[in-house]
Amino acid sequence: MTQHDPLRPVRDLSRRRLLLGGAAVGAGALLTACTSNETGPTGNEQVKEADAGANPNASPGKRVVIGFSAPAADHGWLAAITRNAEAQAKVYSDVEFRTVQAGADAAAQRAALSTLISQKPDVIVMLPHDGKELNAAGLEAMKAGVPVVNLDRAFPDALAYRLQIKGDNYGMGVAAGRYIGEQMKAKGIANPIIGEIAGMDELELTQERSAGFAAELAVYGFKVKNRRAARFTADTGQVEASQLLRAEPKLDAVWNHDDDQGIGVLAAIQQANRSEFIMVGGAGSKAAIDAIAADNSVLKATVTYSPSMASSAISLARLIGQGRGMSDLVELQVPKEITLASETITKENASAYSKLGF
Amino acid sequence: MSERTETAAPATVPAQSAPVSPAPTGSVDSGARKGPGPVSWLSWWRGEAGESARRNLALIGVLVVLIVIGMITRPDLYGDLGWVGGNMMTILKLASAVGVVTVGMTFVIIGGGIDLSVGAIIALAGVWSTTVATQQFGAGGMIFTAVVVGTCVGLVNGLLISYGRLVPFIATLAMLVAARGLAAEISDKQTQVSTNQTINGIASESVLGIPVLVIILVAVVAAGWVLLNRTTFGRRTVAVGGNPEAARLAGINVRVHTVLLYTLSGLCCGIGAVMLTAQANSAQAAMANLYELDAIAAAIIGGTLLSGGRGSVVGALLGVVIFATITNLFALNDLSPEAQNMVKGGIIVAAVLVQQFRFKSLTQFFARNRLSSTS
Repeated sequence: MTQHDPLRPVRDLSRRRLLLGGAAVGAGALLTACTSNETGPTGNEQVKEADAGANPNASPGKRVVIGFSAPAADHGWLAAITRNAEAQAKVYSDVEFRTVQAGADAAAQRAALSTLISQKPDVIVMLPHDGKELNAAGLEAMKAGVPVVNLDRAFPDALAYRLQIKGDNYGMGVAAGRYIGEQMKAKGIANPIIGEIAGMDELELTQERSAGFAAELAVYGFKVKNRRAARFTADTGQVEASQLLRAEPKLDAVWNHDDDQGIGVLAAIQQANRSEFIMVGGAGSKAAIDAIAADNSVLKATVTYSPSMASSAISLARLIGQGRGMSDLVELQVPKEITLASETITKENASAYSKLGF
Repeated sequence: MSERTETAAPATVPAQSAPVSPAPTGSVDSGARKGPGPVSWLSWWRGEAGESARRNLALIGVLVVLIVIGMITRPDLYGDLGWVGGNMMTILKLASAVGVVTVGMTFVIIGGGIDLSVGAIIALAGVWSTTVATQQFGAGGMIFTAVVVGTCVGLVNGLLISYGRLVPFIATLAMLVAARGLAAEISDKQTQVSTNQTINGIASESVLGIPVLVIILVAVVAAGWVLLNRTTFGRRTVAVGGNPEAARLAGINVRVHTVLLYTLSGLCCGIGAVMLTAQANSAQAAMANLYELDAIAAAIIGGTLLSGGRGSVVGALLGVVIFATITNLFALNDLSPEAQNMVKGGIIVAAVLVQQFRFKSLTQFFARNRLSSTS
């Protein structure tokens, strides 16, 4: 093998190689112009403007350094979390925002956090890769005297956080189940055929959503006929929806857990020319809210799991750092746990929510 | 090992002396076929040349079994002929994008390589072709971008492997990571919605009752079959994969040919990216997740040797359709994707076991039989 290398060229082909290379470079130069995304995500942040007249808490106070850590975004929702936190921090003149890369996994985030803790910020806001795995990091920060705001993924240990603000996955399923239940009752359908397109099945949040959905449907005496699990991406949503539509030639209602994968679900529904059922989305993306307002597809409602919680987390972290409470509450300090209610967005209230879509 | 060299060497020599000689029917190595007549048909069927026909028939048998299971479990649906036809098209549409990718993968594997980056190339090509800037150029610009990006990434793979002397596994693994990273960078991790109705129409329109996606799939498979079985390029691919040293001595430029194979795979990914973007009306960095494994698995159960030197485009298509039919069957019966993955794994193992069984014992068994009957 060393003597006769099979990969050694038999004759020189430098001219062809040059042509190929030249073509590649030329096409590359042409195509790099095509990577711009001008109407990208900017201008879509969910922030609370600092209006000191309406809210005395908004008036500038003690300077607060907020450290922030969230996993690298691979999904629209996570990207919106980071964007919202940055945008909300910019609103306050008294907040210095320091973000550390959380890296690809829990170990990387733990390392990043210990660097952050050593810099002694006033408050740390973090969305952990996994609440259980980052519990120790939360404890470490709290012991060092830095209050921790846990965003969405709870720590098992109550000592590991000062404030926990999270969405309600079970409640999301309940809200979707209630909307479908009410609609079916209003239409007088006694035995509706209900489909469900879940997200990644191995995640606890998906199981909570499905459990809430099933429990609420049971209140109406309904149950899910066919449940498919996609992977939170549009292409998998399309695959699962097209198969679901084949399996059930007639449907009455569908709940799709995630509006991002819902792009693919809606595409499959349109490709199959189906419109006899109603669909409820999940999370509350801008595209979904617009579609609900336009009322020109099967999508009639979506139940929120809003990344606006990141903006709220920054506002509350600032109040914690300044020792202020929430002005509408009697307590002088920010409460310890806040769970967002999953709201149902329909055509009637879509206009109020359109600025909250991500 | 021994089969590879035996099959590759005779295929190489005629490819050099008479590149456009009328090739006999059947698989690439169909030299065993003699003149017409029932007896020679029988020996053709039993011999090396009938190998791929036998294997394809076995795959069709598996398909029939799957459909029968569907009929038994959902008689209410299979009772309606209109539904059956529509479902068949749904299965083929489901198989279309991964099927096109599998054709390219089959060529790479026959040529002795592997391409782990196909899913990532689809994601990059899909994302690149759905940026706001690209969408301004209309459907033509989007298709051009996807195809050129896919082809260029494939070309880079090929150059790294041929001239950079990287092992295909490593080079394409690196590309898998890098291309998805670039896709995430370009898309800013967002799902990019395609607002182009012509592109989206690829997934919803039909011509003469056949969905456009299925037409593209059939066209690519047909082109792949012709390229593999009726051209010098195909014969060289088999030769390079079977025994690169022999191929080199026979005058084939192995390096250039390897570059072309990966470029071909990239081209198929570009086409697949357009099809997948059309289906999902969008593209994102996480799309076409694990397509590389689906494509490799389909090629393997279709009868392509992972070590190279032998393979079948039609078999690969059947492999993809079998996987799509399983997905469909599980959806029809509301079964979980976990169970589906276990069945898929089982089918891959079974296919490879059957393949080994055929090579080690069945051919020897037939050979012995033939020997004893002639003597």
